[in-house]
Amino acid sequence: MKHYEMMVIFTPVLSEDDFKAAQKRYTDLITAEGGSIVDSNPWGLKSLAYPINKKTTGIYWVVEYKAASDFNAKLNVQLHRDEQVIRHLYTALDKYAVEYNDKKRKGLLPNKKAEA
Amino acid sequence: MAKNEIKYLTAIKTDKPRKKYCRFKRYGIKYIDYKDVEFLKKFVNEQGKLLPRRLTGTSLKYQRKVSDAVKKARQMALLPNVTDLLK
Repeated sequence: MKHYEMMVIFTPVLSEDDFKAAQKRYTDLITAEGGSIVDSNPWGLKSLAYPINKKTTGIYWVVEYKAASDFNAKLNVQLHRDEQVIRHLYTALDKYAVEYNDKKRKGLLPNKKAEA
Repeated sequence: MAKNEIKYLTAIKTDKPRKKYCRFKRYGIKYIDYKDVEFLKKFVNEQGKLLPRRLTGTSLKYQRKVSDAVKKARQMALLPNVTDLLK
């Protein structure tokens, strides 16, 4: 079970409960395939750095999950078929990344790099 | 000799350019998060372009990680591809 992290940008016209329904749809997809959700972190409405198909804001959602290695192909089909999603990115997390995310959640990240 | 004429026996001390170091090696940072935009902005100039290693002093291994992270951030519209006043 490798660690993956997915970030999805939904269209800004999505209402709050649509946004929750979309999140639930993907989390169910992950758990149905035997994966497990490590952490789901909706950022909400944020302005984009550059307009994506005529929209300047988007609803961000970041989720970290564990899944089998062939699961992402199914996820990819779903993401491309879903027209609420305007952009998505899923990346594999190596052990340093997983450790970084855990420490960040626990809030004991030394922000040494802040003053470097 | 005129009293106020200052003669320097030794050369004026000009500060040697600070020895650059790779902040990832020194602070033991192993993963560069593409979501951490404030930190990535340190490696990008005003136009949003990646800074070369000779300016930031990062080692090759971490410069690749930084470039991957910046490109992912650009893909997810966290960082602009090109802009004029980023900082």
